[in-house]
Amino acid sequence: MSKRHVSAVVNGDPVEFLCTPEQTLLDVLRDDLDLTGSKECCSSGDCGACSVILDGRLVCSCLVLSAEAEGKRIETIEGMAKGEELHPLQRRFLEHAALQCGICTPGILIAAKALLEREPDPSETEVRFWLAGNLCRCTGYDKIVRAVLDTAAEMRRS
Amino acid sequence: MNDIPLAGTAPKAELKWVGTRGPRPDGLDKVTGRARYGADFRLPGMLVGRVLRSPHAHARIRGIDISKAAALPGVKAIVTRDDFRDMPSEFVPAGEMMVNYRDIVRNVMAREKALYEGHPVAAVAATSASIAREALSLIKVDYEVLPHVIDAAEAMRADAPLLDETMITAGVDPAPTKPSNVAKRMEFSTGDLKAGFAQADFVIERSFATKPVHQGYLEPHACLASVNEAGQAELWCTTQGHFVVRTHCAKLLDMEMSQIRVIATEIGGGFGGKTVVYLEPLALALSSKSKRPVKMVMTREEVFLSTGPTSGAHMKVKIGVRKDGKITAAEAELIYEAGAFQGSPVGPGCMCAFAPYEIENARVIGYDVISNRPKVAAYRAPGAPISEYAVECVIDELAQKLGLDPVEFRLKNGAKAGTRALYGPKFGPIGLVATLEAAKNHPHYSAPLGPNQGRGVASGFWFNIGGESCASLHINEDGSVTLMIGTPDIGGSRASMALMAAETLGIDVAHVRTLIADTDSIGYTFLTGGSRATFATGMATVDAAKAAIRQLCARAAKIWEISEDAVVWEDGHAKPAGQNAATFPPMSLAELAGKAGKTGGPISGHAEINAQGAGPSFGTHIVDVEVDKETGRVDIKRYTVIQDAGKAVHPGYVEGQFQGGAAQGVGWALNEEYVYGADGKLQNAGFLDYRMPVTSDLPMIDTVIVEIPNPAHPFGVRGVGETPIVPPMAAIANAISRAIGTRLCELPMSPPKVLKAMQAHKANGG
Repeated sequence: MSKRHVSAVVNGDPVEFLCTPEQTLLDVLRDDLDLTGSKECCSSGDCGACSVILDGRLVCSCLVLSAEAEGKRIETIEGMAKGEELHPLQRRFLEHAALQCGICTPGILIAAKALLEREPDPSETEVRFWLAGNLCRCTGYDKIVRAVLDTAAEMRRS
Repeated sequence: MNDIPLAGTAPKAELKWVGTRGPRPDGLDKVTGRARYGADFRLPGMLVGRVLRSPHAHARIRGIDISKAAALPGVKAIVTRDDFRDMPSEFVPAGEMMVNYRDIVRNVMAREKALYEGHPVAAVAATSASIAREALSLIKVDYEVLPHVIDAAEAMRADAPLLDETMITAGVDPAPTKPSNVAKRMEFSTGDLKAGFAQADFVIERSFATKPVHQGYLEPHACLASVNEAGQAELWCTTQGHFVVRTHCAKLLDMEMSQIRVIATEIGGGFGGKTVVYLEPLALALSSKSKRPVKMVMTREEVFLSTGPTSGAHMKVKIGVRKDGKITAAEAELIYEAGAFQGSPVGPGCMCAFAPYEIENARVIGYDVISNRPKVAAYRAPGAPISEYAVECVIDELAQKLGLDPVEFRLKNGAKAGTRALYGPKFGPIGLVATLEAAKNHPHYSAPLGPNQGRGVASGFWFNIGGESCASLHINEDGSVTLMIGTPDIGGSRASMALMAAETLGIDVAHVRTLIADTDSIGYTFLTGGSRATFATGMATVDAAKAAIRQLCARAAKIWEISEDAVVWEDGHAKPAGQNAATFPPMSLAELAGKAGKTGGPISGHAEINAQGAGPSFGTHIVDVEVDKETGRVDIKRYTVIQDAGKAVHPGYVEGQFQGGAAQGVGWALNEEYVYGADGKLQNAGFLDYRMPVTSDLPMIDTVIVEIPNPAHPFGVRGVGETPIVPPMAAIANAISRAIGTRLCELPMSPPKVLKAMQAHKANGG
């Protein structure tokens, strides 16, 4: 099977990789680019643990073929903190104990970031429906929703 | 599960760290994507392992031909039943469940028969995933397809297909002469049932059914095994108990335990489901054959098809009460599905069924039944949510019948210190009454309800367990502390351990780092399960810290040239005491650590314990639902969890356990179930069709932490992880019944069933 050459930008850095036609973006992120922060938990777009932002759009990277990344900008959990400084969402998740096992956390943080970039002042209902594509089995979502709402308030103030 | 001593030392009133909500040691890595879970490890030369699974629910395996697959370039090893030695039938305790190696070896790799769709038949290690997949398609399995049986009630019929021709029901006297699918009958009883029911003014008897539900951990099972030519193995895996993995793998593969080092990776949820082995022995066997590292990761479909859900059940519950609200007698019959091999949690189901109540005359009979489903695994308070669901529904109906408030009715009959539980022991200090009082006084309980809404209440009980734990605490030269424990951290326990160590040592928690040590780096530690980690490993942590403190005091005594007995430890400092008091300025932990080399060498504290005195935890939940009259859809409007934690070491993570348990209970109550076709195949092996609650399905979940200290634990800890999943199903069922005026006695209460119940009720003039 011949491989295809792809150039993309991941977390601001130019990357190049060779991929087979059936490889997903998630496969390439995890196996070829060593970015294992995006998690594979269902491979069917039902759990959101592999959420990344592709050219500004929130996607499940398990549903994107890696060849489709050609020329695109991809943001993953590994690029969310800026140097030493955590993104306010990351900080608030820690403060609120909004994670238990933590496997869904990268996907939820990416999804929440996409929400706040689009809607800086979401209602609780908006947060709940926006994050409905991200499964969490541990927390019951309470602390997650609170952390997102608190972050939104903090980011509006600053 | 032993008697809890009534007397005990009250925990210190003034705590500096225990009870605070600081950051967790592993938190940063988990919000930045750095934390490494089961599937995140790799090694040079690594092969990909894949499993061939039975497409049939029940089939004799006449032969397996691997020749074509073995000849495929890139295939480095294949294992089948021929690679595993048969094991004798032998039950050994494994946490809250019992395991039998005859069955484990067959569950890991089918032998005579495939007993469920998804049962492993062969495994392949190849240089790439695509070659491994192709190899699986080249393995020819000669199946003789047999009739199957899925439901336990059908499996109990005399004409049901037999899964195991040698199974004679245990616990029946005289023993049956013919084999059946009933593995075991058990009975727990007290008092005089007949006399008890004769005293009753009202008796209600109902039948209930529940479906198997999966633990639903998001992280699929994953491991990476590396075995060298000398047979020395390293195994990275996502597990609730790496020592238990070592025990099982050593047994199944005939290896000495010292040859297997198991490293617990970060674990992406378990809830009891990661207390057994599936891939691990296969990966070790493949690596042993190929002499290359082998990585295996399940797909979500494989997780649903072949790893343990909890039991589905059929139950009958009968309770009698006097007009004054006193329960006079109670009886239950519980039939639990074990899956393909015996060992459902019907035992704890029987023991827990009536545990929240003081009942003089009671009997519970349980049956453990096998059928062509994946073998059940532990799931949060295994067995209890099922039987207590049925009992709590009847309790609610009795309260309605008597015209009593359901909380008051429970208070009238509730278990308290001194109550003897049906399964034997007398309770020590317990919190059921406290949770009921808190429920009664909670604003939620008196808030007005809207149209089509109902409020339900239910209580729940779980034993909690103790067991073997080790802790090693090293005082580093700079005064920082490294704490090593052996219970994988599934929801913040490293933070709790750090808090307890800091509290005991009297130092800032920021200086304590907790690590999960591998099986070669610390003594045997039983798994994270039974709500035992914070209790048992917490106890070991405190003991290790105290051992270090004794060392620190001895070093101070040496420096001051006074007797060791004349030194006390206070607020992180050694201080001269008695007649030497104030003779020397106190020395801090950091000062003593810095001088350790000159006063006798490194300072550490170790503890190896078998923790006794686990404190049972009771909870009471309040839930408001709204039922859509047109569709039967149930919306959770408000939810409050009240539970006795003994002591909340990190209240944030205790609340998280309460909320998470309630959310899982909502799924169990309303949507989750295994759906089988007539062909015995699972029809909803994915998150789209096996619908777990998502964010938009739930409201905020309010919590109240009640603290009735467990006298056996230095800080009063009981363990909190399991009880929260016990009350939700009944609380929601009770709320629905009050919203629609009729009762559903079957889970899940999915929209079509609720709609049907409403229509039937209407047709009957309701």
